[in-house]
Amino acid sequence: MTGRQPTVPAEVAGPPPMVQSEGVHKRFGPLEVLKGIELEVRRGEVMCILGPSGSGKSTFLRCINHLEKIDAGLLWVDGSLVGYRQKDHRRHGLRLHELRESEVAQKRAEIGMVFQRFNLFPHMTALQNVIEAPLRVKKEPRSEVTDRAQQMLQRVGLSDKAGAYPTQLSGGQQQRVAIARALAMRPKLMLFDEPTSALDPELVGEVLDVMRGLAEDGMTMVVVTHEIGFAREVGDSLVFMDGGVVVEAGPPREILANPRHERTRTFLSKVL
Amino acid sequence: MAVAILAVIVAMMIHGVVTNERFHWDTVGKYLFDQRVGQGILVTLELTVLSMAIAVTLGVILAVMRLSPNPILSGAAWVYLWVFRGTPVYTQLVFWGLVGVLYPQIGFGIPFGPQFATFDGKDLIAPFVAALLGLALNEAAYMAEIVRAGILSVDEGQTEAAAALGMARGQLMRRIVLPQAMRVIIPPTGNEVISMLKTTSLVIAVPYSLDLYAKTRDISTRLFLPVPLLIVAAIWYLVMTSMLMTGQYYLERYYARGSLRTLPLTPLQKLRRRVRARGAAR
Repeated sequence: MTGRQPTVPAEVAGPPPMVQSEGVHKRFGPLEVLKGIELEVRRGEVMCILGPSGSGKSTFLRCINHLEKIDAGLLWVDGSLVGYRQKDHRRHGLRLHELRESEVAQKRAEIGMVFQRFNLFPHMTALQNVIEAPLRVKKEPRSEVTDRAQQMLQRVGLSDKAGAYPTQLSGGQQQRVAIARALAMRPKLMLFDEPTSALDPELVGEVLDVMRGLAEDGMTMVVVTHEIGFAREVGDSLVFMDGGVVVEAGPPREILANPRHERTRTFLSKVL
Repeated sequence: MAVAILAVIVAMMIHGVVTNERFHWDTVGKYLFDQRVGQGILVTLELTVLSMAIAVTLGVILAVMRLSPNPILSGAAWVYLWVFRGTPVYTQLVFWGLVGVLYPQIGFGIPFGPQFATFDGKDLIAPFVAALLGLALNEAAYMAEIVRAGILSVDEGQTEAAAALGMARGQLMRRIVLPQAMRVIIPPTGNEVISMLKTTSLVIAVPYSLDLYAKTRDISTRLFLPVPLLIVAAIWYLVMTSMLMTGQYYLERYYARGSLRTLPLTPLQKLRRRVRARGAAR
């Protein structure tokens, strides 16, 4: 975060947007992956991010829960800066202070994330995967957590698989357990990083159905995906990224029907 | 044909060993269950178990330190490894035996401030403690490398998923990474335990002389018969390493859960199944 004076989020009145990104930059060594991302995700909004691989969409998603540290720009989640704290010094004015590791962890606990490769804990059963974080991170009582975990597994249609280890489950089942695991933390925001890209085609539907249900319940979601159909039917907004910038953003139907930019058009013609 | 030749050679060797009276098999039998030998076995086991327990604990701490992003922590772990892996364990054992000479007074209190209690160096670092420290601190360096390899073998996605759920580094290590690293850590650790059991015979360097090897040697010098007592010691070392190997088998099985769909049967289960099948056939 260099070269910029931190500013207060634009809307001071009313609840802040769930995610607000101003000029977010990220580089890996000499490679600049994000070149100034300007985005806003409202509460209850389902935003789908589309784009060719290497466009920076996954990296941006990982910046939101601070799995990646941004190099410049400002990023807010629910009105507070990601990874930093603003402090009003008497002499120096507003300054940014890096959060301690435990504080970063606390913030992450409020954001659910679902990965392309599921990343379930292989040494734990489905139920143990789901109860682990509420039990150890939030220190909630075991009986309460177990009850809620059963509900979550039921919600993703896997209440009969509570005792199964991840290797005993299909890819689609694993990904649904991963969604239940994230939901058990009662997140205010869910991030999906290509949740169906590692699945066999016939297993994609069951995962998308769970995600559709979540959207209908009003969960705020940011979904990096290649599923155009899902983006059109479930998404409130669609963002097309390429080369580390947002090429265009807007209502999914509009963008998919007549993309304004040449790059969006070429990309869509390839995936549709 | 090859099997037949092998069988003949083995039979000849066994015959040679059994009928050679210079092995003094009667003496072997007489001292195999001697009380002094038994005490030596207990001390050897005690040294092995305690020093491995210390070494594993310290090894885990050192491995996590070495992988820490903090350069002071990783540097300190590196220096430890450099010193304790770079010098022979025999030398280290002699050194710990001499700590009482180097530090006649050892005190506990506020650094550079008042002392709450002082001990005589020789009393605090008794021969047993010196032997234990020498074995454990040396082994910790090796264990650290084994644990580090184990930690590095765990998929990065696991760390990310745990971090995304809000786990801090310590918790993430304890609950997610180390249990998975166990699959890689246990086989070489089993080797280390077996190796440690045998290395305890070096504690004479401290000097400490109550372990199995020292006990059998004491008896043999009195009898002027080195060979039969060596055989007694060897038999007991073999018995103990065999037990350790069995333990390792079941421990590996335990940590394989979740990575295999169905665990292979244990030898006992196979035996039981075969007996039952034979019973059913009849």
